[in-house]
This record gives sequence, C-alpha cells and structure tokens, in this order.
Amino acid sequence: MSESVDLKQHGDSVYVYEAPVRIWHWINALAILVLCITGYFIGSPLPTLSGEASDHYVMGYIRFAHFAAGYILAVGILGRLYWAFAGNEHAKELFFPSFSKKALLGAWHEILWYSFLVKEPKKCVGHNPLATYAMFFMFVLGAFFMIVTGFALYGEGTGMGSWQFELFSAWVIPLFGQSQDVHTFHHLGMWLIIFFVMAHVYVAIREDFMSRQSMVSTMISGWRMFKDNRP
Amino acid sequence: MAKIETFYEVMRKQGITRRSFLKYCSLTAASLGLSPAFAPKIAHAMETKPRLPVLWLHGLECTCCSESFIRSAHPLAKDVILSMISLDYDDLIMAAAGERAEAIIDETIEKYDGEFLLAIEGNAPLNQDGMSMIVAGKPFSEQLNHVAKHCKAIISWGSCASWGCVQAAAPNPTRAVPTHKHPGLPNKPIIKVPGCPPIAEVMTAVIAYMVTFDRIPSLDRQGRPKMFYSQRIHDKCYRRPHFDAGQFVEEFDDEYARKGYCLYKVGCKGPTTYNACSTIRWNEGTSFPIQAGHGCIGCSEDGFWDKGSFYDRLSGIHQFGIEENADQVGGTAAAIVGGAVAIHAAASAIKIATSKTDQGDK
Repeated sequence: MSESVDLKQHGDSVYVYEAPVRIWHWINALAILVLCITGYFIGSPLPTLSGEASDHYVMGYIRFAHFAAGYILAVGILGRLYWAFAGNEHAKELFFPSFSKKALLGAWHEILWYSFLVKEPKKCVGHNPLATYAMFFMFVLGAFFMIVTGFALYGEGTGMGSWQFELFSAWVIPLFGQSQDVHTFHHLGMWLIIFFVMAHVYVAIREDFMSRQSMVSTMISGWRMFKDNRP
Repeated sequence: MAKIETFYEVMRKQGITRRSFLKYCSLTAASLGLSPAFAPKIAHAMETKPRLPVLWLHGLECTCCSESFIRSAHPLAKDVILSMISLDYDDLIMAAAGERAEAIIDETIEKYDGEFLLAIEGNAPLNQDGMSMIVAGKPFSEQLNHVAKHCKAIISWGSCASWGCVQAAAPNPTRAVPTHKHPGLPNKPIIKVPGCPPIAEVMTAVIAYMVTFDRIPSLDRQGRPKMFYSQRIHDKCYRRPHFDAGQFVEEFDDEYARKGYCLYKVGCKGPTTYNACSTIRWNEGTSFPIQAGHGCIGCSEDGFWDKGSFYDRLSGIHQFGIEENADQVGGTAAAIVGGAVAIHAAASAIKIATSKTDQGDK
C-alpha cells in the first residue's frame, strides 16, 4: 500500500494499475451505469406507449440491456478476481484490504484529512487504506450481493432446470421468503452502489486536485505520479 | 377391516359410464401435465386402488379454501370428495356434529393408522395456550399434533396452513403458526398448496395425483407442488406482451386500463408470485384477477399481508415510523449523499483557495 512510499520524489512515477485492471475498471463502470439506468426503468417503467403491443418492445430491450450488462459485470468481476492473484501487489487491494495497525491508522488519518483536520494527506502508491475499505465493503460486497440476487431474479424468468435457477433462485428466494423481498433488496443494493459511485467519483476528482499524487489519470495510463518531495 | 371400495366402483354405482370414466382419466392426466400414455395408468389406479381416507381439519381460517374446493369444475369436486377419496372428517361439510363427529377422528386413526391423509385448512394459534382456537373443548394445536402423529402425509391447504396468512400478519396477536412451524409436529411429508384460496383445480389435481401414483407430487424447495407452482403469474400472463412492449395502466380507470394493458405500474404482484392463476384461472376457467382488471396481490406468497401496499411493487420498509419503499429510502439517501458531496466540494475549494493565498503571502 505504502511500501517505501516515503522515498517517492516529485515527478517519480510508479506503474500501479496494469492494463487488465484499467480495462476492467472502465468496462465495469460502464456496466454499472447501464445496470443502474436500466434497472431503475425496470422498477419504474417509462410512460406508456400507445399503439399495438406488437409495435413496441421497450421493456424487452431495457431488460435485455440490463441482463447483458449484468453478465458483463459478473464475468468482469470473476476476471478481476483472477487478476488479484495473477497481477501485481496492488491488484489484491480490492478484494483483500489490509487490516493491519498501520492500515487502520492510515484510514484514520485519511478520515481526518477528509474532515479538514490535518493539513496533508499521506502518499500512497496504491489505494489509500480508507479507499480500500470503501471499495471492499461497498463495492465488492455490494456487487457480490447484486450478482447473487440479480441471477436469482433472472433465474425466475429462465425457469426451473436452468442453471441460473438451480444455482441462485433455488436458495436465494427461500432465504428471503419470497421473490418480492429479493426485488426490494436488489433495489436497495442499487442505491448502495450509487452511493459508492458518487463518493468514488467525487473523491477521485478531489484527490486529483488536493492529494500529493495523480489520481484520475492513473486509472487511464496506469502510472502514479508524485507531486512533491516531502515524506 | 372392511373392504374399501375403489374409485371406479363408486363411480359406476353413481351411474357414470365407463366411457365417461376414461374421459375423466385422460382429462386428469392432461391437467397434471402428463402424457396421454398416463391416462390408462390413472384408469388402472382408479379401478384397483382403495380410496384414500382423508381427515380435513380446520384451524384459524376463513373457509375460503373449502369454498374454492367445492367449486372445482374439473375433476368435479363431487367426484373427488365422494369417490376418489373417502372424506371421513370435515367439520365444515359433514352431516354429523358434536361428539359423534369427533369420534370419527379416533375411528379413522384406529382403522387406518399411518394410511390416511391429513388435510389442514387454517393454522393453530399458540398464545394463551392456544385458547384462540378451540375444537371440541381442546386447543386446535393439540388436535393437530394428535392427528398428524398417525397420518401418512399432510396437505397444507391455502396460505394459512402454508405460510400463516392474515392471522399471522404482524403483530400476530395469537401467534398463529403455519403447519410446518407448528411445535411438536411429527416429521411427516408436508405438501403446501398456498393461495388465499388455492385454485380449486389445483387442490383436486394434487389429491388426484396422490391417489393415482401413491406418492406425493414433486415439490419445490418451499414444499409446493412443482406442477402448479413452478412459474410466476407473470410468466404466463395474457397481458405479458403489453409488459414487454412497455404498455402499462398508469392509474385505474384510465384509457390504458380500458385497453387491458399491463398492471405492473399499479402494483401487480404477478412477477413475484408463483401460482397457476394465469393458466388455469378461476371458476371453471372464467377469469382471474388480472383478467378482471386488478393486479395480482400475491396471495400465495409467504407473508403477503406484511409487504406493504397491494398497489406497490416493492415491499414496505418500516423505519422512522414512516412507511417507505426501497426507492424512496434510496432516493432520499442519495439526495443526502449528493448534498454532502456538494458541501464537501465547496469546503475543499475554499481550502485550496486559502492555501494558495497562504503561499502567496509567503
């Protein structure tokens, strides 16, 4: 996380995010955008279209986009999980955040920094510790919950005997009691992911201005640049 | 033990021809989703198997299951009750009353120990020592466990026996529990046939299946017969093309309601309800709620009374004393988070500005 970070000088660059991580990040971001928009319109459909039913297929297209994006999200996260083991040390941070004393103190310092109570944030090569916690608890666990409940709801349509039903619906729906509660919690899960996205985008842009290393450009180029010489 | 008549013998006694009997067998096979090859098997079973003794107990309930059952068109409830099964005890429709009626229970247990079917309509309340439901001077709870101990299998008729239904809705003052959660119930196979009430044809077909094949139908994870509860109302709804097209009733009585568009936006629970209403329909296939222009209320689902409005697709979330659904809670929280982000961004901008001024001063 912050190995030998103190030695990083102004203009130093470290290759942090490898190509598969960056490609996944943006595909995943797009999938989430599509999922949230289409998901919202599945729950609260657009105004009714007049004419014959055979003239339109609006809900059909919206649902198709939702399911397709859902598959991309699920497959993407599986691929990203593989890369946590195959990639460099920073690739692990998303799935296996550190809870060492140093990391916890780092997270506390980050909270103080966001509360305007300390003058400077710490330098981090990878994610700062607070970010790893937010990503793990809100995004990773949130996405996992959405994938499981999402496939359970999808399995209801594909029906008994389909792998989606047998692997997901068959135990998720009895676990919640009935399908309606699975729907309700799937909606709540969407809002959790939206909170994460709001915080994530805001903080990334803010850190780009105010922290001591590059932020947004790092997820594009992969290189982390440091802005000053202080430890 | 006296010889029990077969279904066929009883039918013939009632003047039903063999031709009609075979027609009925084909019809039953079709309604169970079996191939035509099963019709002779059903016929054979009806001809040779003794009738199945059934004890039908009533707990806390509204009798809607019985009302539905006796309106079965096919197979005719008359045939089922009088012929296929030997309905030895049903305090609702039996002629006997009082001690004489109650004696039949013990008689049946004695004669057919481990052989008879226990059908339960309603459920047992546990609070106040079960005093909210008394049968023959004793809590129903006791009668239930007593009879269940000797039966072959249990059918939980309706949402009361399957899930708890209205008497178990929050705050459940009598602590009514569905059959499978009843304390002290012996370990017997339980077939749930939920619905408030269940569809008559579903009820009779479940019994027909058990008589014919001498085994319980294949059940899903929640104990419901797969042949009737494996698909949602939505999956077979005749208004489904309007759903896919994005054509919805926006409010009751609007133009779209008159055109028969999808009732999703006015809270139809079809997409979350497992039942056969959209295929079998009600009252001899006349209609079902959606066909009548009202959304499904999900009466065959667990806890349907406690999931908020019948006209809202999402479950109510009871927090802060206000009834909200997931999107209202989420939307409010998103506005708060968005506001917090804006304020924080403004504060950050001020910080950047002031630190630049500081540097400028130096």
